[in-house]
Amino acid sequence: MQASILALCYLIGSVSFIIGLKMLSHPATARRGNLVSAAGMGMAILATLFLYRPGGEALHNLVWIVAAIITGSGIGLTAAKRVKMTAMPEMVSMFNGMGGLCAALISIVELGRVAQDHSDMHVLSILAGMVIGSVSFTGSMIAYGKLQGKIKDHSFKGQHLVNLFVLALIVIAGAIIIYSEGAFSGTIFYAILGLSVVYGILFVLPIGGADMPVVISLLNSFTGIATACAGFLYNNQVMLTGGILVGSAGAILTILMCKAMNRSLMNVLIGSFGGTVTGVAQANSEHGASKEISLSDAAMVMGYAQKVMIVPGYGLAVAQAQHVCYELGKLLQNKGVTVKYAIHPVAGRMPGHMNVLLAEADVSYDDLLELETANEEFGTTDVVLILGANDVVNPAALDDPSSPIFGMPILEVGKAKLVIVNKRSMRPGYAGIENELFFKPNTSMVFGDAKSVLHELVNLVKEL
Amino acid sequence: METLLSFIHNNLELIYVVILSVFLGIEVISRVPSVLHTPLMSGANAIHGVIIIGSIIVMGEAAADNYVVLMLGFIAVVVGTINVVGGFVVTDRMLEMFKSGKEKPSKQTKAK
Repeated sequence: MQASILALCYLIGSVSFIIGLKMLSHPATARRGNLVSAAGMGMAILATLFLYRPGGEALHNLVWIVAAIITGSGIGLTAAKRVKMTAMPEMVSMFNGMGGLCAALISIVELGRVAQDHSDMHVLSILAGMVIGSVSFTGSMIAYGKLQGKIKDHSFKGQHLVNLFVLALIVIAGAIIIYSEGAFSGTIFYAILGLSVVYGILFVLPIGGADMPVVISLLNSFTGIATACAGFLYNNQVMLTGGILVGSAGAILTILMCKAMNRSLMNVLIGSFGGTVTGVAQANSEHGASKEISLSDAAMVMGYAQKVMIVPGYGLAVAQAQHVCYELGKLLQNKGVTVKYAIHPVAGRMPGHMNVLLAEADVSYDDLLELETANEEFGTTDVVLILGANDVVNPAALDDPSSPIFGMPILEVGKAKLVIVNKRSMRPGYAGIENELFFKPNTSMVFGDAKSVLHELVNLVKEL
Repeated sequence: METLLSFIHNNLELIYVVILSVFLGIEVISRVPSVLHTPLMSGANAIHGVIIIGSIIVMGEAAADNYVVLMLGFIAVVVGTINVVGGFVVTDRMLEMFKSGKEKPSKQTKAK
């Protein structure tokens, strides 16, 4: 009876994790999604405390377990409540490291017990749990230190070879344990533990501080796998499904994050070796890889931004899109977003062209910003939406003396957090020159006619 | 080869669970807007805190005089709880900001 209730609780727990994650991936339901998972977790933990009966007996040391849970809750709650919003990523990294440490400790204890009751699969899952858990632990701690600015980037020549070597040693030692049929010494086990700890440090140390969110997401996925290993060991479904779910979701999330930065995971992980920074910059200006953003994503970021600046250009005029542009601005304002229009004096090729156009569409004059005012405001802007403007936002005017437009005052949109550029194609603008802006990491492109793109955006923002 | 086949045969249910969960995880996440990347990472981070159940089992099965295991288990339960509680609370705080950031300005515009 109790065992069936326990199994049912675990089943509900697993389902709550799935539903929670699903809800977390949509802005409107995200907060409730988090609560759903938390409730499922609470139930699974309580059920384990009171209904888990190994060999028909209640759990021993219940007082100590509860004491540990209270201690952990106190520390976790204080840390989570006190941390500043700007320090969130390192806090997540710290919590992730704690999960990794927990997995590693479980494996260390379990090895002693399984030595008598030997099965290859159990030993393998213990080893995997320990290796992945400790890599995740030390890696997360290094990531935490880096985000705090306490640890600097360190890399030496051929470091990835050393890393591979350490990894190979771990695999070999693991194989020895598996093939020794239970007759292995504790020394080799602790050697693996030591190597894993070192590997976690070496793995994260050379990666640049700006790439830490990607690394944390990857380590998060690792801890999920370590959890699944422990779930396999205890034949515990809620640990198994929860762990695998986080493992695969974390892996996908890592890839999505890399994509959002317009980079590959390999590039993030080994890109920092041997100062190739200048080489990368050159390659970018030569080949030029811009990234696209989907309309639904664009609508999402604007709908949830604090401040959006719209930079209209000739493309808007050609497409006669000023009315629908006004509609989008109004819609965002109704949602509580501050919307301003940054007007470059020569936008639209005719001084005042844009002012006239937007005034025609009922845009309030208070919302139209001149070049200087706009440049002051870009620093506090979340999203800049550029509609068919090109040369007036080309940073070459500021930093490339060889450029034909060098010296022209421009709208410095690069200061904003995110720049969305709507253009019909990648063709250069009026001045016939490439625009570096389109290849910047915080720039995303939306291709298409300004009017139809804006219509789509209006519909998508309405649905938010 | 034989051990592998017998392993698959003996653990068929488990293997199904693993494979389906992998696809589920990918499916659930793959259409998330980039603004939600950080809260989602944090939420997933809290979910793998379910490892705490393993540490509870370790402690619960330990003999009362096995101090080494008790101590390791105690630390494991503490850090596991930090992962769970801290993870969910931090995610909630992040998402709360998200919401209020949208609501506050709307009040201001209404006031106007």
